[in-house]
Amino acid sequence: MTTPEDTPERLLDDHAGPLVRPYVMTRGRIQPVRGKFDLITQVIATGPVPTAEVGLGPEHLAIMRLCQDVMSVAEITGHLNLPVSTVRVLLGDLLERGYVAIQEPEPEADITDIRIYEAVLNGLRAL
Amino acid sequence: MDSVRSDRAAGRPKLPTAVKIVIAGGFGVGKTTMVGTVSETTPLRTEEILTDRGVGVDDTSGVEAKDTTTVAMDFGRITIRKDLVLYLFGTPGQERFWFMWDEVSRGALGAVVLADTRRLADCFPSVDYFERRKVPFVVAVNCFDGAKRYSLDEIKMALNLHGDVPVMLCDARDLKSCKQVLIEMVQHAMSQRMLVKS
Repeated sequence: MTTPEDTPERLLDDHAGPLVRPYVMTRGRIQPVRGKFDLITQVIATGPVPTAEVGLGPEHLAIMRLCQDVMSVAEITGHLNLPVSTVRVLLGDLLERGYVAIQEPEPEADITDIRIYEAVLNGLRAL
Repeated sequence: MDSVRSDRAAGRPKLPTAVKIVIAGGFGVGKTTMVGTVSETTPLRTEEILTDRGVGVDDTSGVEAKDTTTVAMDFGRITIRKDLVLYLFGTPGQERFWFMWDEVSRGALGAVVLADTRRLADCFPSVDYFERRKVPFVVAVNCFDGAKRYSLDEIKMALNLHGDVPVMLCDARDLKSCKQVLIEMVQHAMSQRMLVKS
C-alpha cells in the first residue's frame, strides 16, 4: 500500500479517487489476460461464488455474484459502478481460471444474417 | 484445466446472442430519454476512463477537469427472444469521445442520430461519423415543445444527407414513437446490409 507521502502530489486532488482506485483493483494492469470483452459480450458464472479463493479480490467475487444470471459486460460495469477497462481485466482473470463462460457478439462481417434483423424487427413490433 | 472449463460450460444453456443499436446526438438532445423509454430495465450507466488512446485526437481544453477523466454512456436492454438480446447505447456526441464511438459502433446493427432543430449543428459530428464508417443510420428529430417545426425535407437539406437516409420526427418520451424510429432504423440497416452483401 502506498502512503500518501509516496504519491505524487498531482494525484491527491479531488479527482484522484475515481481514477486511481480502478487501477489498484487491477494491480495496474490495463489489458485482460484473456478475452476481448465487447460491451455486449454475455457472461455467466460457471459455478457458485467461490469462498476465499487465492488471487480473487472482492471485485472478482462481486462479478461472480452478478453473473449467476447471464449478464453483459456493460451491465456488470453499470451495477458495480466500475470503468469498462477495469471490469475487462477482472473478467479476464475469471475467464482464465474457468470461473466464467462468455459469448462474444457476432463479428461485424456476420451481421449480414437476415434472420437476426427479422427477429429484432419482430421483437420491436411486439414492444 | 481446459477440460474442466468446457465440462462446466457444457452443462449450461447456450448464452444469448447480443446485438446493439447506437443512439447518438448532441448533449441534451434526448438520448438517455429514448434509451429509458424503450428499455425493459432501468437504464444503467457505463463509464470509461479517457486514456492515452485519446491523445492527439482529443481536445479537452476548456473542459472541466472532472470530464477529462471519464466518459459515461447510458444504456438499456430489450430481450427480443430467450436467445437474442438487444442493447441500446446512448453515446456522447462530442468528437473527443470518438474512441468510445468506435467501440460502441463496431458490430452495431445501426444507429439513430437524434437531432434538435434548435441546435441542428450538434448532430453533425454523429452524421459525419456514421457516414464515414458506413454504419447505417437514420435521423430522428426529437420534437421538443416550443421548438420551431421544420419540414423533413428542410432538415434533410440542412444536414446534407444522402437521399436514402431516412429522416423522421419523434418524441423520445413516447414508446410508440421510439419503437417506430427503431423499426425504421433496423429496416433501413437491413436493406443497406443486404445491398452490400449482394
